[in-house]
Amino acid sequence: MISNSQLVNKYFRHSKKFPHIWCPGCGIGTILGNMLRAIDNLAIDKNDIAFVSGIGCTGRAPVYVDFNTLHTTHGRALPFATGLKLARPELNVLVATGDGDATAIGGNHLIHACRRNIDITTIIFNNYIYGMTGGQYSPTTPHGDKAYTCKLGNIERPFNISALVEAAGATFVGRTTSYHTLQLQNIIKKAIQHKGFSVVEVITHCPTTYGRINRRGSAVEMLKWQKEVAVDKSRADKMNPKELEGRIVTGVLIEKELPEFCEQYDTIIEEAQNQAKGKLA
Amino acid sequence: MSKKTSYQLMQGNEAVAEGALASGVSFFAGYPITPSTEIAEILADRLPESGGKFIQMEDEIGSIAAIIGASIGGSKSLTATSGPGFSLMQENLGFACLAEIPLVIVNVMRAGPSTGLPTSPSQGDVMQARWGTHGDHPIIVLTPSSVEEAFHYTTKAVNFSEKYRNPVIVLMDEVIGHMRARVNLPPQSMVERINRVQPNMPPEWYLPYERSANGVAPMASFGDGYRYHITGLVHDAKGFPTANPNEARDNIRGLFAKIERGFREICLVDYELMEDAEHAIVAYGSMVLSARSALEQLRKSGIKVGLIKLGTLWPFPRFALEHYLPQLKTVLVPELNMGQIYREVLRVNAGKSQIEKINRVNGTIIAPDEIVKTVKGMIR
Ligand SMILES: Cc1ncc(C[n+]2csc(CCOP(=O)(O)OP(=O)(O)O)c2C)c(N)n1
Ligand code: SF4
Ligand SMILES: [Mg+2]
Repeated sequence: MISNSQLVNKYFRHSKKFPHIWCPGCGIGTILGNMLRAIDNLAIDKNDIAFVSGIGCTGRAPVYVDFNTLHTTHGRALPFATGLKLARPELNVLVATGDGDATAIGGNHLIHACRRNIDITTIIFNNYIYGMTGGQYSPTTPHGDKAYTCKLGNIERPFNISALVEAAGATFVGRTTSYHTLQLQNIIKKAIQHKGFSVVEVITHCPTTYGRINRRGSAVEMLKWQKEVAVDKSRADKMNPKELEGRIVTGVLIEKELPEFCEQYDTIIEEAQNQAKGKLA
Repeated sequence: MSKKTSYQLMQGNEAVAEGALASGVSFFAGYPITPSTEIAEILADRLPESGGKFIQMEDEIGSIAAIIGASIGGSKSLTATSGPGFSLMQENLGFACLAEIPLVIVNVMRAGPSTGLPTSPSQGDVMQARWGTHGDHPIIVLTPSSVEEAFHYTTKAVNFSEKYRNPVIVLMDEVIGHMRARVNLPPQSMVERINRVQPNMPPEWYLPYERSANGVAPMASFGDGYRYHITGLVHDAKGFPTANPNEARDNIRGLFAKIERGFREICLVDYELMEDAEHAIVAYGSMVLSARSALEQLRKSGIKVGLIKLGTLWPFPRFALEHYLPQLKTVLVPELNMGQIYREVLRVNAGKSQIEKINRVNGTIIAPDEIVKTVKGMIR
C-alpha cells in the first residue's frame, strides 16, 4: 500500500500554496486521502482523471490534487461533469459534493444524473450541515438536531441520501463513514470501476459547526460515534427495523448493470450516421 | 451538408442550427422553450450525424453547466433558450466569463418579464444580456436582423467565443427566429472556423491563465495531458484561487482588456444611405426591417435619412455613432423595449444631436409608417 508521504508526493499539487482551508479535525481530508488511495490502487493515470466539485468546504477538495480539476458553482457539479463526460468519455470523472450541494440546491441535478446512468462517480460528503457558511441546517440535518438557523431544533425531516439516489435510479450505491477508512477506500474503488452512475455517501464530521452546536465533542468523539452507529449491510440484513433504529447501514447497498448513457449515445451516433448515409445513397 | 452555394427556404432558428454546424459546434445541451425550441430539435437530429452530441438537460441551469463542461473537454458548445431560461443561466454565465470558457448562448427573445407573452416578439433582454450575471465582466452580444444573418452571426459567435475565450450571446427576436426567407448559404467548407489556441509548451510549463500577447491564454482541454485547475473563484495565472489584490486586479482587468483589444473586430455595424444623411435611424433585429422600408419612403419624399444597423450590441459600437453624429440633426431609435439601446445612444451623443425613440412592449412590432411619421415629426 502507498505510504502517506508517497501519496502526498504523487498526488498533491506542490505549486498550490498550502496549508489547506479545512479546520483541524475535519473529516473532509480523510475522505480525500482515501479517494487518492483508491485511485492509486486502480493505477489510473492522473491525466485520465477529472475531479469536479460544487461549492462548500467539500467543494474545495479538487484544488489541492494533481488531476484535471474543476471547481464549479453551488449545486451544479453534476451537470458540468455530465457535459465533460459526454465530450471526453474516456476520462474517469469523479465528483465531490457536500450534503447541501448535492441534495438541496443540486438535488434536481442529482436525481437526473442517477436516472440517466451516466458513468460518473459521485462522492457525497455528508456532514449533516452547511459547513462553509457556518452551520445552517441542510436537507440531511437530523430531525430535532440544532443548527445556526434552527437553534431550537430542526422541524424538517432529513433525506436518507442513499435511499434517495437508489430510488432515482443510481446503479451503484455505497455508504460508509470517515471512520471506516478501509471500507471507504474499497467502496470508492468499486464505485470508480462501476460502469454507470455511482454514489458513495460518506457520513463525516464537522466538529466546528454541527459538532459544536449539538455538543458532539471533539473530532475524535464524533469519529467514535460513527464507529458505534455503523452496521455493515451483511449484519443489517439480519436485523429487524427496531434494532436498526438510529444505526447507519454501511457497505455496498446497490450494484446493478444497466445501459450506460455515453455508450448508448454512441449507438445513436452510429444509427444517425447510417440513416444519413442511406439518405445520400 | 451541400457542397455548393444554393438557395433554400429557411427559418431563422433553422439558420442558427445550420450556422452552429457549419462553425464546428459538436455539443448542444438545452431545455425546450418557445420560441427557440426548433434549434434544439434540429440539432438533436443533426449533431449525431456528424459525431456530435445533444443532451436535453433537466433545466437551463444544467444546460449551461453541461456546455461549459463539454467546452472544457474541447467541444465547441452551444445552447438555445428564451427569457425565462436565460434568467436561469445567469449564474453559470458568470462562471464562464471568469473561467474564460468559450461557448455560445442563443436567446430567442420573447416578451417578458416572467412568462410574459411567450410567442410574441420583444427586444427586452438587451440589458440582461449585458449585465444579467453578477459582478463586473465583459460580454459579447450579437443580434442578427435577417435569416441569412442568423446563420452568419452564429458562426461569428462561435468564432469570437473561441478566439477570445469568452461566452458570446446571440440575441434574436422572435420575428427573425420564426421568419422564413430564401437564403443563400455558403457550403460548410467555405465557412471560417476559428479554434481556440491550444498550449504547445510542455505541460510542466503551462500556466493556464497566463495571457499571450493578444490578451488571451491558450486553453488546454481536460484529458490532453495538461492537468490544471478551473474555478469560479478569482484566480492567479496558475488558475488557483487568490485574494491578493494585485492578482485579483490582473484577473478582472485582463477579462476587459482582451475584449477591448478585439473591439473593432467584434463590432459588426452596417450603414445604409448614410453618406449624405442628415437624419439616422439606429436599429437592430426585426426593427431593421421596419426601418428599411421607412427609409425608402422617406427618401422618396426627399428626406436625407440613413440607417445605422447594429449587429453587435455589446460591446456597444460607439464609434458608429461618433463618426456620423457631426452630420446628423436627428437620430431615431425604434426598439421593442422601453429604450435599452436608446440610452446607450444618448450616452454617446452627449447632447450633440436630437435623439428620439419609439418603444413597443405589447408583443406587436413597430410598423414602417410609424417610423416615417416620427421622423417627419422630428424634422418639423
Ligand atoms: C447560489 C449560491 N447560494 C448560496 C451560496 C452560499 N453557500 C456556499 S457553501 C454553502 C453550503 C455548503 O454546504 P454543503 O454542500 O453541505 O458543503 P460543506 O460546506 O458542508 O462541505 C452555501 C449555502 C453559494 N455559494 N451559492
Ligand atoms: S467548517 Fe466543518 S466541514 Fe468546513 S472545514 Fe471546518 S470542520 Fe470541515
Ligand atoms: Mg455539508
